Amino acid sequence: MNAARTLATAARVLRQLRHDPRSIALMLLVPCVMLVLLRYVFDGSAGTFDAIGASLLGIFPLITMFLVTSIATLRERTSGTLERLLAMPLGKADLIGGYALAFGALAVIQSVLATTLALWGLGLDVIGSAWLLLLVALLDALLGTALGLFVSAFAASEFQAVQFMPAVIFPQLLLCGLFTARDRMQPLLEAISNVLPMSYAVDGMNEVLRHTDLTTTYVRDVLIVAGCAFLVLGLGAATLRRRTA
Amino acid sequence: MMNIPPGSSPPDPRTPQEPATSPEPPTSPEPPAPPDAPAIRAEGVTVVRGARPVLHALDFAVPRGQITGLLGPSGCGKSTLMRAVVGTQAKVTGTLTVLGRPAGSAELRSRIGYVTQDPSVYADLTVRQNLDYFSAVLQPGRAAASRRRDDVARVITEVDLTSHADVLAGKLSGGQLSRVSLAVALLGTPELLVLDEPTVGLDPVLRRDLWNLFHAIAARGATLLVSSHVMDEAERCHRLLLMREGEILADDSPDALRTHTGAATVEGAFLHLVDQADATATAAGADTNVDTNADTRRRSPR
Repeated sequence: MNAARTLATAARVLRQLRHDPRSIALMLLVPCVMLVLLRYVFDGSAGTFDAIGASLLGIFPLITMFLVTSIATLRERTSGTLERLLAMPLGKADLIGGYALAFGALAVIQSVLATTLALWGLGLDVIGSAWLLLLVALLDALLGTALGLFVSAFAASEFQAVQFMPAVIFPQLLLCGLFTARDRMQPLLEAISNVLPMSYAVDGMNEVLRHTDLTTTYVRDVLIVAGCAFLVLGLGAATLRRRTA
Repeated sequence: MMNIPPGSSPPDPRTPQEPATSPEPPTSPEPPAPPDAPAIRAEGVTVVRGARPVLHALDFAVPRGQITGLLGPSGCGKSTLMRAVVGTQAKVTGTLTVLGRPAGSAELRSRIGYVTQDPSVYADLTVRQNLDYFSAVLQPGRAAASRRRDDVARVITEVDLTSHADVLAGKLSGGQLSRVSLAVALLGTPELLVLDEPTVGLDPVLRRDLWNLFHAIAARGATLLVSSHVMDEAERCHRLLLMREGEILADDSPDALRTHTGAATVEGAFLHLVDQADATATAAGADTNVDTNADTRRRSPR
């Protein structure tokens, strides 16, 4: 791993994005618009918006980063630039680190915008610190980046990559406790939800929602999400082969 | 780390080393004296893709400081062989030594420039931004910043894209795009350039300019392995490896090849050798023949 090469890669990824302002606008604005929509859908019941809004602040970055990363890395694989880079003195960790840094930076902006809007614009009632919300959102974004990177190895085209979104994200979305509290689910489903990382992301958000200070559950949730992100990043690195058939 | 040798002022492709009056030539250029150790040595190199062998126990040597042409019909295994040399091909058996190291060694990655058949650059970056990035991969760090800037400016001139340096790669024509891809390989003045069909889709003037550039690079002491399926380009190489169906039919200089086969052109020599190989195969029996046909029918590289 070489810091200069990682930074150069991150700068290159951001430079590519800069030539595509529409994508940036979509990434940053869509979560905000969704939050506004949600706020007025639950206009009559502020409690529901609080519960769902906080969870969504953690889910949005995961979904966006998953999509962006899986397509971007797939393009890297199919355009031949990945083969070229791996024939050059670039470490796999440099490449993955570069992507994680670039999209991570974007995720920070996205999360700051969405969190600010939710807390101060839409009156989301959170007892804990906004910084703790932001930390979970950031780790979620990293998890999304990691999952996207990993999944891109199994997609032969952009078309397939997009189909992985419902396959990988939707089950987590249904089981993460957003629709029904996890402890009230059918035991088998609860067991499955216990091993899915998004469940802990949503748990973490809810901890901040309900508690003024740092709880042990929150710390556990954050550690699990971060651990999963790094585990999947490692798996993603393993799918990058210098030698291919 | 790589250094640009002092005094290696970038030769402009439009001011060729060969006299401009000597036109497309069947006069093969004068090869520089080859140093002892070859740049590439292959002993029994076999590559299997799926269950099928694509390269069959190849033995050859590519001398240093020369242009070696790798010629043969598409699908004969040229790209696979080049990928084996740069170390991106899986399932390579046998001994393949590149610049004194086993092919694919980490240490070789900064000493080899590689151009894939399809231009592999970022379409959503400008020419210069592409080169800046690949240059930063080769020579990372702030200390090398000015060296990188010079290097990028040099390769842009060498492939004659100065007027398009700040255009998005995605907006370039096919020929321009493949020159950007070539420019990336020229970064850092590599000792070995592996170029997979670098002149495909280029007009005759550009092709001549690029071949002049290749000769200038070889004159600096670098080794070039250039693949093509256009036989007239063979005349511009110092040495030729003629390939067909994963085998090497001939390994010689263009002159020797013509003399040896009694053909007027390299193309004639190639056809002569193919006929000869077919005759041998037919004589060897029907089994081999069926096998060969199956090979031809399948699609190849990558």
